[in-house]
Amino acid sequence: MSITDKIVAGDIRAVARLIRDIDDMVPEAREVLKDLYPFTGRAYVVGITGAPGVGKSTLVDQMVTHLRKAEKTVGVLAVDPTSPFSGGAILGDRVRMQRHSMDEGVFIRSMATRGYFGGLTQSTKSAIDVLDAMGKDYILVETVGVGQDEIDIVRSADTTLIVLIPGMGDDIQALKAGILEVGDIFVINKADREGADRTVSDIRLMIEMDEKRYENGWKPPILTAQAVFDKGIREILDEVEKHATYLRSSTERQSGIKYEKVRSELSEMIKDKIVRDVLSDLIQSEEFEDAVQLVLQRKLDPYTACDNIVSKKLKPGNK
Amino acid sequence: MAKPGLDGHDRGARIIARAYRDAGFEVVYSGLHQTPEEIVQAAIQEDVDMIGLSSLAGAHMYLFPRVVELLKEKNANDIVVCGGGIFPEEDIPQLKKAGIKEIFTPGTPLTEVVKWVEEHVEPRSS
Ligand SMILES: Nc1nc2c(ncn2[C@@H]2O[C@H](COP(=O)(O)OP(=O)(O)O)[C@@H](O)[C@H]2O)c(=O)[nH]1
Ligand SMILES: [Mg+2]
Repeated sequence: MSITDKIVAGDIRAVARLIRDIDDMVPEAREVLKDLYPFTGRAYVVGITGAPGVGKSTLVDQMVTHLRKAEKTVGVLAVDPTSPFSGGAILGDRVRMQRHSMDEGVFIRSMATRGYFGGLTQSTKSAIDVLDAMGKDYILVETVGVGQDEIDIVRSADTTLIVLIPGMGDDIQALKAGILEVGDIFVINKADREGADRTVSDIRLMIEMDEKRYENGWKPPILTAQAVFDKGIREILDEVEKHATYLRSSTERQSGIKYEKVRSELSEMIKDKIVRDVLSDLIQSEEFEDAVQLVLQRKLDPYTACDNIVSKKLKPGNK
Repeated sequence: MAKPGLDGHDRGARIIARAYRDAGFEVVYSGLHQTPEEIVQAAIQEDVDMIGLSSLAGAHMYLFPRVVELLKEKNANDIVVCGGGIFPEEDIPQLKKAGIKEIFTPGTPLTEVVKWVEEHVEPRSS
């Protein structure tokens, strides 16, 4: 059986190994991904993002339970940050999802953001493709909503949940930059704590100020939840369903969204490959080191140094 | 890094997990009260190189070998299993015979624990 056949048949070990190879950028993994592509595009991908500790993993765990009750199979990708100091990571999201580890209809995988140039987005997207090809109905992707990479990951989800907790007043202001635009559904978790109503109205105000953007389309609902007590989960999944229906409701909109998605994913992928193939060689080259030295000694300005290298290295036919 | 058995303390496991992280490892921490079956399933889904088991509860003579046995059943016995915790001295040779590659007792310096892995666990995909 080829790796592709194994994955399509749902072989856990083959899936696990391929995701690892993707993460480690083993060249063969890319070939497998090409073969798998025809089997992708069926899963519904939900992104769950928010600050550390707001209850994302707990929420994912509950969503998995509800989806399983509805006889859906689920893949989970839980992304945690790599330590910038050591390059290592502690991936602890599984702790909240333990009870699903024996369920054959659930596949849970942790991933570290690692450090490479933009590689996270690409490897997470590829991992989504693998879980999709293995036949999971839903794929839940948990990320800590901080960096651009994380935002890009959730951007590739069909529906994105932004998870907040009561009393995040100032953080909400900060959210405006970037992450707000990708939120399809807002969840105020830990609503057992004081101040949930206030947070709901803060978010509502922010969404309403952006009225134009939601004019003919989807206006993000704001829900409250208590993930740890299994409250509000059904409602979240109902909204996910509604958002899915909304996406499907207009073929024009659907093809527009798809077009944008393919466009941005392909350009990301090209950027990624160029960065990986060219830049990683380049910064190890003598020329690069020379340029660094020249700039260091202030014999050359960095703009000229950059232009020199780029024009030399990126000329068509050159590599 | 997993914690089978019933005792509710994972401070030790967390400290070890942090030491590995600080040495550049990616550590999947899967939590307390896990059955050997759950641990093995998690290790396979995560495709790890090594399982570190931590136990204070005394059931290690059953739980640790059971993890090794299940890995064999699943054809995943290329995954190295280590253990840590408080054990009677005489249990250690038996655990090793059952396939636990190394046992770390309290007082082993963290640097030793990390170094052992660096020296004994080959990353499979390279
Ligand atoms: N009070 C309260 N605590 C919660 C709720 N949901 C999750 N938590 C707790 O918040 C902590 C962090 O949860 P976790 O799911 O790991 O957060 P993550 O870092 O966003 O994935 C845990 O101790 C959870 O038990 C909730 O609805 N109410
Ligand atoms: Mg989490």
